Amino acid sequence: MSLRAHVVVRRGALLVDVELAVADGEVLAVLGPNGAGKSTVLRVLAGLLAPDGGRVTVGDDVWDAEDRHVPAHERSLGMVFQDHLLFPHLSTTDNVAFGLRTRGVRKAEARTAAARWLARVGLDGFGDRRPTQLSGGQAQRAALARALVVDPRLLLLDEPLSALDARTRLTVRAELRRHLAEFAGCTVLVSHDPVDAMALADRVLVVEDGRVVQEGTPAEVARMPRTDYVARLVGLSLLPGVGRGRSVELDCGGAVAVAEDAQGPVFVAVRPGTVALYLARPDGSPRNVWPATLVAATPHGSTVRCDLDGEVPLTADVTATAFAELGLQPGTRVWASVKASEVAVYPR
Amino acid sequence: MLPLLGLLVRAPWSQLLPQLAQPQVGEALRLSLVSATLATLVSLVLGVPIAWVLARSRIRGRSVLRALVTVPLVLPPVVGGVALFLVLGRQGILGRWLYETFDYTIPFTTTAVVIAETFVAMPFLVISVEGALRAADARFEDAAATLGADRWTTFRRVTLPLVAPGVAAGAVLCWARALGEFGATITFAGNFPGTTQTMPLAVYLALQSNPEGAIVLSLVLLAVSLATLLLLRDRWLGRSGVPT
Repeated sequence: MSLRAHVVVRRGALLVDVELAVADGEVLAVLGPNGAGKSTVLRVLAGLLAPDGGRVTVGDDVWDAEDRHVPAHERSLGMVFQDHLLFPHLSTTDNVAFGLRTRGVRKAEARTAAARWLARVGLDGFGDRRPTQLSGGQAQRAALARALVVDPRLLLLDEPLSALDARTRLTVRAELRRHLAEFAGCTVLVSHDPVDAMALADRVLVVEDGRVVQEGTPAEVARMPRTDYVARLVGLSLLPGVGRGRSVELDCGGAVAVAEDAQGPVFVAVRPGTVALYLARPDGSPRNVWPATLVAATPHGSTVRCDLDGEVPLTADVTATAFAELGLQPGTRVWASVKASEVAVYPR
Repeated sequence: MLPLLGLLVRAPWSQLLPQLAQPQVGEALRLSLVSATLATLVSLVLGVPIAWVLARSRIRGRSVLRALVTVPLVLPPVVGGVALFLVLGRQGILGRWLYETFDYTIPFTTTAVVIAETFVAMPFLVISVEGALRAADARFEDAAATLGADRWTTFRRVTLPLVAPGVAAGAVLCWARALGEFGATITFAGNFPGTTQTMPLAVYLALQSNPEGAIVLSLVLLAVSLATLLLLRDRWLGRSGVPT
C-alpha cells in the first residue's frame, strides 16, 4: 500500500475520523452525502488542512503525523477541483506548465511538456486559449493535464465531473477512466455520485457523518449495501433483520423468505425491478407477499418507481403499462410480492 | 459641477500658454508629478502587503491594523501633518533620533512631501486592494499550493495577477489623491518652491498674488482629475478591465 492515511479532523459538530489505504495504480473512490466530510479528508491529504490527529504517509514519506505537517506545496501530488480552478490570467499551456515551473523546470521545457499533455487529453491546439475560452469539458481535461504533468505520487480528484452537463460528463468520465488506468500513482476520488464512483474506482469507501460505513469493490457495494444511503444510491431496498434458516425476521416486523440459509444479524436487499404488485392477493407459490399502500409514484425511465408503505417498506419498479392497467395512484392498497430467489441476503 | 464650470468660464484661455511656461509652474508641476508617483510607489510597496494581511491572514489585531490604516481617510489632513511633524520633526520622537544619529532632518524636504502624501493617500490603495483580494477566489491559491507553489510564488504568480485590476485602480486613486494633497504637505513639508511647493500649494499661493495664474494651475489639476476618471471609467461602469 502506498498511501496510508488516518485522518482525524473536528469540524464544529462533525468529527471526521477516516482510515484509508490506496495501492500504487489503484483508484479509491470516497463516496458520501454532502457534508459527510469527504472533501475535508481530501484537503487533509492535499496538505491544505492540517488534521487534528492521525497520520498520512505516502510510501516511506510521512506527510502528516503528530509532530509533522508537510505543506501542500512540498507534497508530490496533483489535484483536480470540481470547477477546474484554472488560473484565468494564464493561457491553457501556462496553466498546465505551472506545476513544472514551480518545481524549477525551464520555461521552454515546461511548455513543451504541457503541450504534450494537452495533446494527450485531446486539447491539441487549445494551448493559447484562456480558460474562459474553453468549454466545461475542455477546462476539466486541461485541469487533469495540469495535475498529471508533474507525474505526482498522489492524484486527488474532488467531484471532478459534477460541474459538467450530462453528455459532456459521459465522455469526460470515459477519458478520465483511461487516464486513471495509465496513471502509476495512487488516486483518491471524492464524489457524491455513485455512477462516477462505480465507473472510475477499483475500490469504494462510503463515508457518512465523518465515518467509514462501508468499503469494498464497486460490485460489492452495489450488490450488498450496508446503509440506507448506499442502498438508495444503488437503488435497492435495504431491510435489516435476523436470519432463521430460510427465513429472515425483519427488524421492522414481518419476515422474508430467502433462497439460502441465513443465520444471525443479516441485511436483506431487494431490487425494485423484482417486486411485483397486485390489486388482490396473488394465488400460487410466492411466499413473500405483503399488503402495502402506495405512497408515491415517480416516472423512472420506462418504468414507474412506486414507494410502498406497509409492514415491509419496499420500492417497486413497474412498467408504465402495468401501472396504468392496475389503476394505481397514491393511497391504493396493493399486494407486493417478490420471489425468494430474487432476494439478496448477507451478514450485517 | 457648477464651481468647475465657473473655473472654465473664468479661465484666461489666451494667457494659458504663457502662464504655463512660467518656471515656477513647471517646477511645481514636475515636483507634484514626481512626489505623487513616489508616494504611490511607496504605497504599493507598503500597502499591498497590508491589504493581503487584512484580507487573508487570521492574525490577531487585524481590526486594529485596519483602523490604523483607515484613520488618515477621516482625519483632517492638516492634523495628519501635525502628527507627522510631532513624530518625524527635528524635535519629534523619531525625528530627534534621526537628527542626532544621522544629522538628517525630514521636514521641509521633498522626502517630507512624499511621506505626507503617502500618509494621506495610501488608505485608498489599501482599501481598493483589500476589496479586490476579498473578491478573488482564495481557492485559486489552494490550487497553486497543490501545484508546488509556496506562499510567495502563489502571491506573485497567482494572487497578484488576479487582483491586478484592483491594484491598478487603487494606485490611480492613490496617485490622484497624492497629487491633490494640500493640508498635510503644507503643515509637514512647508511651502518652498522647487523642494516642497507642489501644485496645490502653488495654486493657493498664486490665488493671493496672481488669480489668473491660480486658475491656469487649477485647470491643469482639473485635467489630471478628468484623466484619472477616464482611466477608471471602465471599472466604475462595471465593465471588467481584465487585460488580455
